[in-house]
Amino acid sequence: MSAPTRERTTGGRRLPAPGRGAIRPDGLRAQLTRPGSLLIFLGLLIAALIWIYPFIWLVSASLKTQPEIFGSGLGLIPETPVWENYSRAWTVVGFDRYFLNSVIITGGTVLLIVVRSALAGYVLGRYQFVGKKLLIAIFLITFFLPEGYTIIPVVQLTDQIGLLNTHLGVILGLGAGGQVAATLLYAGYFSGLPKELEECARLDGAGHFRTFFQVMLPLAWPITATVIILNFLFAWNVYLLPLVFTLSEPALRTLAVGMSAFIGEYSTDWSGLAAAAVISLLPVMAVFIALQRKFVDSIAGAVKQ
Amino acid sequence: MTATLDKSRDLAASAGKAPRQGGLWRRLRKDWWIYLFLLPTLVGYGAYTVYPLVASWWFAFLDWPGFADAGTFIGIENFERLVGDDLFWNSFRNSLVFLALAVPLRVGLALFLAILLNRKRTPFKGLLRTLFFLPVVTTGAIIGVVFTLLLDGSGPISVAMVGLGLLDSPANFVAESGTSLYAGVAVWVWKWLGITMIYWLAALQTIPDEVHEAAMLDGARPWQEFRSITLPLLIPFLVIITLIDTVGALNVFDLMYTMTGGGPAFSSEVIEIFIFRTAFGATVPQLGYASAAAVLFGVLTMGLAVAQAVGVRWARRATGGMK
Repeated sequence: MSAPTRERTTGGRRLPAPGRGAIRPDGLRAQLTRPGSLLIFLGLLIAALIWIYPFIWLVSASLKTQPEIFGSGLGLIPETPVWENYSRAWTVVGFDRYFLNSVIITGGTVLLIVVRSALAGYVLGRYQFVGKKLLIAIFLITFFLPEGYTIIPVVQLTDQIGLLNTHLGVILGLGAGGQVAATLLYAGYFSGLPKELEECARLDGAGHFRTFFQVMLPLAWPITATVIILNFLFAWNVYLLPLVFTLSEPALRTLAVGMSAFIGEYSTDWSGLAAAAVISLLPVMAVFIALQRKFVDSIAGAVKQ
Repeated sequence: MTATLDKSRDLAASAGKAPRQGGLWRRLRKDWWIYLFLLPTLVGYGAYTVYPLVASWWFAFLDWPGFADAGTFIGIENFERLVGDDLFWNSFRNSLVFLALAVPLRVGLALFLAILLNRKRTPFKGLLRTLFFLPVVTTGAIIGVVFTLLLDGSGPISVAMVGLGLLDSPANFVAESGTSLYAGVAVWVWKWLGITMIYWLAALQTIPDEVHEAAMLDGARPWQEFRSITLPLLIPFLVIITLIDTVGALNVFDLMYTMTGGGPAFSSEVIEIFIFRTAFGATVPQLGYASAAAVLFGVLTMGLAVAQAVGVRWARRATGGMK
């Protein structure tokens, strides 16, 4: 790595130190007229365009004819847009069904994780009780447990309670265990809230549950938003568990699982495949672009915690 | 009136302010509602995390063909078979090669990017960060499928590389046993670089401006400043970020499975694909044997996590308790 910059790498946005006029927040033109800065910016811009080229290519491929995809090299503009690729992927291959499955499974998983982590995080963050240390120890031990390690017993358990090949089975498999980070985020947040809030509620005659649901949980909205965002991402994109749970029940496939099945069953339909990929990636990317600040802050905040 | 007083005293006691009093049973009875709050997590965690953790060990000692209701105990036979199974060691080695290449690339490139994007004078930082972050939110399994198209012999990447003179003739990196694993590394780094960049940006912002100003006043050149000031302050983060990325690299199933399927000829079969193939993909699924492989895989992961946890403590001490 070469020396990346002649300028300071600065932290948050602070006011310039007195007497150091050179680090005044610059206008765009001033930023770009420094040769070093311009070079770095252009380098970053080119890298970023290469970075997102696969997505641009994918959208263009989804509008091309079969032979055009591989015949046109790097060319991105389709001769005439073939919108039928989308209707084919949507109805013939069953992506309407897969889309609905993804929505149900993602929604259920996120809801389950929010409710159970908020409840557990609240008592973990604010109260002492017998077994607390043991619980935290188990959380920390299992924090990095890989998915591949637990999948066989999870399938066997789900089979025994009769939920294999159901939406509920997938939701429980994704949301009931793991997800330590969400619980710890809630615990950290609740432990920082002033004690008086709860005492007031109690003196007004609210029980433990009313205090929690009507006073504490609404206060924790910033953390709830973070947990929803991170776990929406997780549940929408997860692959191994939904794949294994639906091996014998194609009607339950999620978008991610449906995509890879597409290859086996329709191996020559590349343009349909590209359209299907766009359909599958679009919702999560749209949500991300709409909420990108919150997304990035959530992740940075979770890391700092 | 007395009831209210009791309630507030209860609250103080359960908040841990009052000295512990009473027997275990009394405390459990008084805190019944706490355990009710914990119930969903205790049940869910017990069934879907703790039970699988223990059950995997038990399954590893069973001969258990899939479709059968239960296995029969065969002692350490599965492990003996694993030790002699070339395909298992092949997947183990592939996973290690993947880790050794992908993790340093992801961590290092992301740090470089974060430093450039942390400069005050880089314009459009927000937009650039968004562009680099975009692949992170996408579905790994779908990215895997899409890259089989992109990396095809007549696909855009091959065409571009021939055009730039980097390749003599078109090549399909996914379909050749010499390159399939490395293609996986490249796509994985591409997909996840953005999130590591955000970790690094969060880390860089913990360094106070004064530190940089002092270095500038002392006449430190940028590279000197990076080496002797920024980097030492970042070491605790380096260890944590490396740990997060390492665990991520062990969970590479979705991308590798949909991109190469572990092939050609097992050249890109990582441990998770081995487990999946043995447990669910084979004509005669072997749940016990796959569990034994999963147990060894889990031990490897735990070992890496412990090694890095030790590393964090060491780094904290070496840098004088900097957080």
